[in-house]
Amino acid sequence: MDLRATTVGLFPLPDEQRARLVGMDRRGGESENGAGESGDETAVFDAARKGVIAVQEDAGLDLVVEGQTRWEDVLAHPLSVHENVSPGGVVRYYDNNNFYREPVVVGELGPSGDLAADLGAAGELTDRLQAVVPGPYSLADLARNEYYVDDVAFLDAVAEFLAGELASVSASVECVFLLDPSLVTNPPDDDAHERVSEAVDAVARAVDAPAVVHTCWGAPGEKLHAHLLDADVSALGYDLVSAHEEATYLVQEYGTAESVSLGLVDGQNTLVEDAETIRERLRWFRESVPVSEFETVYVTPNTGLFYLPVSRFEAKLRSLGDATERPIEATR
Amino acid sequence: MTDAREQFRPADHPNEHFLLTTAVGSYPKPAWLTRARELHADDDADFDDADLAEATEDACRLVTREHERAGLDVVVDGEMRRQEMVAFFAERIPGYEFAGPVKVWGRNYVDKPSVVDPVSYDEPWLREEYAFAASVATRPVKVAITGPYTLASWSFNEAYDTEADLAYALADVLREEVETLVEAGARYVQIDEPALAATPADHAVVGECLERAVGDVPADVRVALHVCYGDYAQLYPEINDYPIDEFDVELASDEGGQIDVFADPDFAHDLALGVVDAHSPRVESVAEIKSDVLEGLSAVPPDRLTLGPDCGLKLLPRDVAYAKLENVVTAAREVEAELDRGEIDATALREDAARTLDD
Repeated sequence: MDLRATTVGLFPLPDEQRARLVGMDRRGGESENGAGESGDETAVFDAARKGVIAVQEDAGLDLVVEGQTRWEDVLAHPLSVHENVSPGGVVRYYDNNNFYREPVVVGELGPSGDLAADLGAAGELTDRLQAVVPGPYSLADLARNEYYVDDVAFLDAVAEFLAGELASVSASVECVFLLDPSLVTNPPDDDAHERVSEAVDAVARAVDAPAVVHTCWGAPGEKLHAHLLDADVSALGYDLVSAHEEATYLVQEYGTAESVSLGLVDGQNTLVEDAETIRERLRWFRESVPVSEFETVYVTPNTGLFYLPVSRFEAKLRSLGDATERPIEATR
Repeated sequence: MTDAREQFRPADHPNEHFLLTTAVGSYPKPAWLTRARELHADDDADFDDADLAEATEDACRLVTREHERAGLDVVVDGEMRRQEMVAFFAERIPGYEFAGPVKVWGRNYVDKPSVVDPVSYDEPWLREEYAFAASVATRPVKVAITGPYTLASWSFNEAYDTEADLAYALADVLREEVETLVEAGARYVQIDEPALAATPADHAVVGECLERAVGDVPADVRVALHVCYGDYAQLYPEINDYPIDEFDVELASDEGGQIDVFADPDFAHDLALGVVDAHSPRVESVAEIKSDVLEGLSAVPPDRLTLGPDCGLKLLPRDVAYAKLENVVTAAREVEAELDRGEIDATALREDAARTLDD
């Protein structure tokens, strides 16, 4: 069993860059990169990327993410910066006390290159890059569609858009995480499960690397989980912080993919789990499910880490890195 | 429950009817107070703690009197001492710690605190704030306090098994603060629970918190609960069991006819109705406000209606905030006079509303 310490991205902006950015009006300057950012803003985010990649390398993470510190609209970002999207109202980001500007899709979702540019820049700073993108269902769920004829066409278009964004960086990533919280918080109707699974497929196939569908804030329903297992992904992700019993039940009853991603660290609480706590949780999961061997276990926080102050974010990365330094011994 | 209300009728109140007017809490800070804070934070500036304290008291005096000048029956000091509604209290409650700012949205950050040890009560939180405002005011002063449920929801919880356990512990601590305030003379206490708006399913947790915190305050102490932006239908009828005198809602910017929730004859509390929008810089006319007041009167009788802005006003320009308060008072006094003269029949308004609801 290959243990790989990683995260699901969505990092807090390092303190130095936050201090510089807070004084700047949001996307108020001359745009130089197509995403409405000024040169000063781009410089801030470039420095932040460099900083968070160094922090991950120092913490000993096995996979390194770009960090998405530019994603001011959190998982909705890839649409927020698209030319055929207009900014809607500020709305609540899931069941959190966080908010984002709802992207309103008013034209065709052709390729924008935004994601590829960030991942390309990150690829020059690390040789173990993991891409993190919203799952197509969640990205569609976070947006408002005023262009495509119906939900079916919209989900397809979002999936195709994400696949297009990833295709050009396929060779430079070790794996790709699709963050799909909406699968749990606002699940698709039963008759849409197959389409959702196919949309995941479309994105996963764009990259010539293992794909992981990661959920949080509960566990997917049983039928939806079964459909996700039909998708062409190498791992499903489970939130063992908020729903350890539901998640293990799913794996006991239905099995899972060849690999698994386990959210073992609370991305929304400043209490820092030490490495041994993470290992205990991992041991508990292994002993609770009948699967004897996973190809890879991705050891992660359950959510993005932008909910935390920078000091706690960094401490959690170190715990994750330490937790996977040696193999997990079986206790039975 | 209106026993605790009549004490707030000013001696020179011009009308027989009395629609109690007040503000929710925060008010725009004068630009010079912000400058004073910057100077205080600057090590090179010759501006010490005493200088900042003096500037802050000046601002409290100014805003308290500005509220009186607007004609409010019950005033507040505009929360000049507070920067943020959770951090202010977390700084005063043992058990809390600050690990750094976190993002709320875009480029907006907040110092979200962590509860790292069991919480307890140490120094009073607001006694000084209340005593100073009361000393400069000629009208009664209301005290607004962030509620235990919101303090718990908007903090990191490292110390308690569940968020509800943390909220109950904070409610026990709040009880001591309320006792302190009542001892200092406060007779109108408002508990702010904005977090409940996002999670109405937790109404029972809030109910238990209120029982612990204000369940046995003296009868002459008026207790209000302020919940902004909610889908109030999801809290009704459970709020009827809360140990409060007044339920304070944000309906000025509401187009959804939520007022109907409170038209239920079994609605047990006074209704504090937001009749000017705290988030819009447009000053509502007296005529517009009066039409909202009539909506309020279609739900509860005049002696159970309180009027004010629908939330704290701190994000507005100060002249706009003032103009809104002044118009609320003018509208209230005009409606009272029309009620006195029988030009408005409050009973008929409620009966009409009840008939429409039945249909």
